[in-house]
Amino acid sequence: MADATGGFNIKPMDQFVVTPLFGGDVVHWYTPTNVTLWMFLTVASVAGLMLVATRGRAIIPGRGQSVAELAYGFIYKMVEDVAGKDAVRFFPYIMTLFMFILFANVLGLIPWAFTTTSHIAVTAVLALAVFLTVTALGFILHGASFLKLFWISSAPLPLRPVLAIIEIISYFVRPVSHSIRLAGAMMAGHAVAKVFAGFAGALGLASFIPIIAVTALYGLELLVALIQAYVFTILTCVYLKDALHPHH
Amino acid sequence: MEGELIQMGKFIGAGLACLGMGGAAIGVGHVAGNYLSGALRNPSAAAGQTAFLFIGIAFAEALGIFSFLVALLLMFAV
Repeated sequence: MADATGGFNIKPMDQFVVTPLFGGDVVHWYTPTNVTLWMFLTVASVAGLMLVATRGRAIIPGRGQSVAELAYGFIYKMVEDVAGKDAVRFFPYIMTLFMFILFANVLGLIPWAFTTTSHIAVTAVLALAVFLTVTALGFILHGASFLKLFWISSAPLPLRPVLAIIEIISYFVRPVSHSIRLAGAMMAGHAVAKVFAGFAGALGLASFIPIIAVTALYGLELLVALIQAYVFTILTCVYLKDALHPHH
Repeated sequence: MEGELIQMGKFIGAGLACLGMGGAAIGVGHVAGNYLSGALRNPSAAAGQTAFLFIGIAFAEALGIFSFLVALLLMFAV
């Protein structure tokens, strides 16, 4: 990024820098960084909600167990509705994806926290895993007839080759849009919040206006964090449905 | 001088790529607006269609994301 040389100094992208936790500035693949820390906290909070809070297995659930049961029921119904009844065996994977992305997004909203899902490297791995799983699954279940996904038999015959090319392109673009949607939404939202926070420092007495704006933006960001986790999961279900039932 | 010209071109190109956001905005607004008008006509069917609302929004938004991707590529990769 170009250096900000204006009257005020806003560096909205500084919050996304990966830094080692214990000093030094060389990042190897094994170096514990702030990404490692916040990813660990994400996994720890998911485990805390889904394992510790439901440990009592009460018939009348407490607060923690209620939240865990709500999340479980919500995702279970979504898998059933969108991907079909026979997709339920992939429910653990989809539930894991949802809880991880949801907690990574929401924990990233804590001030001074690091949003792990704002990095395309993180979301690309999640999206590629979904893409490879779904493609392999399609070929394992249906063999070569999985390719009928690209041959739309309800379209007029002269149109089918053209549609096949479009379908193939859109199939391979899936992991790109799947990953960049999440990373882009997270990164853009946090950068906007930082820019508004920078206005508050520069405006002096009138700084209450950007503070109100940044408070409203924060609420919006919470909504975006939930919706992006939901969208990532529901698109996984849609892709899974294509692999299970490739016939249009 | 030539480096500055390339830099300038990158910035202009990345800025132009942001126009794609407008297209995504129209698409998302179209999906959400049509969902709302359908839901007001038949509120009892609305709850079952929210999944399709979000799928439609996600697909419309994907094209806006590609313009964001072009802007990123221009700024950092080219």
